[in-house]
Order: sequence, then C-alpha cells, then structure tokens
Amino acid sequence: MPVRVQTEDFDVGRELAALRGDDRSVGAVAAFVGTVRDVNADVSVAAMTLEHYPGMTEKALASIIDDAKARWAIADALVIHRVGALRPADQIVLVGVTSAHRGDAFAACEFIIDYLKTRAPFWKKEETPDGARWVEARASDDDAAARWRAPPGPAE
Amino acid sequence: MRDSVNATLSLVYLARLREALGATSEHIDAPPGVTTVGALRGWLAARGGAWAIELAPGRAVRIAVNHDLADADTPVRPGDEVALFPPVTGG
Repeated sequence: MPVRVQTEDFDVGRELAALRGDDRSVGAVAAFVGTVRDVNADVSVAAMTLEHYPGMTEKALASIIDDAKARWAIADALVIHRVGALRPADQIVLVGVTSAHRGDAFAACEFIIDYLKTRAPFWKKEETPDGARWVEARASDDDAAARWRAPPGPAE
Repeated sequence: MRDSVNATLSLVYLARLREALGATSEHIDAPPGVTTVGALRGWLAARGGAWAIELAPGRAVRIAVNHDLADADTPVRPGDEVALFPPVTGG
C-alpha cells in the first residue's frame, strides 16, 4: 500500500525493506523522515496535533506519487503520514522511493515531500506557553514546490 | 425525480477555519447563480460576521471540490462535496 495515514508510529527500516521487497532491479532507496521540533518560529512547542481531511488526503498523496512516477524512473514510492497527538522528536512523515539509480530516487523523494507540504490536506496545531496555535503556512514551502514546475534541465 | 441529498451541496470546514467559523459541516440547497467555487465563497462571505472576515477576498483560503484542489473558476454542482480550509501545513 503506497499511502498510509495513521496515528501509530512507523519503523523506517521495516517500511523501506517492505518497499524494496525482492525487486532486484532496485539499486537505490531514498528516504525522508520528518520529525517534530521543540521550537517553531522562536516559540517552544510542547506538543502538536495533526488534523487531516479523510478521503482527500489519500487521493492527494496517491496523485503526488503518480506525478513522481511519471517524471522519474522510479520503481516504487511510499508515503506514511501520522495524525493525532505528537510530541517533540516524534516521527511525523516518511517518504520512501526505490529506483535503479540514486539520481531518480533522490529527486523523486524531494519532489514528493515538497508537493505534500503544499498540496496534501494536513494541518498542525501546536501547544505553546501562550496556548494552542495553528501553524501558519510558509512561503518557503510554496517556493520549494514551485521550483519543480520549471522545465526539465539538461541534467534530466 | 428530486433526490434530496443530491440536490444539495455538502460543505466541510477544516482546521483553523472550522474553529473560526464555528462550523464543521453543513448541507445547503445550491443557491441560484452559485455555479463556481468563487461564487460559493462570495455567497458564504455574505453571511457576515466571521464568514465575511475569514472568506474576504485576499484571505488565504483553499477550496477542494470532491477532494480535488479547486480554483475560483472550478464548477460547483449539486451533490458535490466542497471543503474550505487554510493553506496546508503537513509534512
């Protein structure tokens, strides 16, 4: 199953091993793990709650993976995103990509997390000393996603 | 034959917008002339109060129709599920 939304933690090693399976054509596995920081915008964060939009979330993540498969020669890809209550140092998200070569795996992995951060319906609410606050979207995330819209360069 | 469910729009409000509007979801009869996402947003803003503030032009609101991100020109039809939410912050 390439997309999962769950409250439980995940085991990165086990998930990546399952993603590879026994595909002997795979020569590269790239992974990104997002974790909860204890500070955001200079304010300490004691805990956070992640909300999502069931139904759209899975569809959006599957669509992002489809886009990645259309753009790069990757064997498979996986996204696991946690929701519910999380604390600093907890794992939030895993993106895993398998490919014959590292270039496609790295690029597709970065593309998937960049698009996830601007297109997948998740929202973070942080517990701070001043009370709970919804995390504001960052312009830098939009910029990160936008650079993938540039026409393919000679490196591709 | 009029289908009482399919003649309506399902509206869903999420995250900070849900709290600001004090609403989780509702079913409305599709108002005459409200055939696009942009028109629906304007119609909801005309309710005044928090609706006018949160949905005012220039406020960052994302809208999805049937689970796909939409823009102001996206058509809205009876039976659709339309979700309104702030820019996303996952990952």
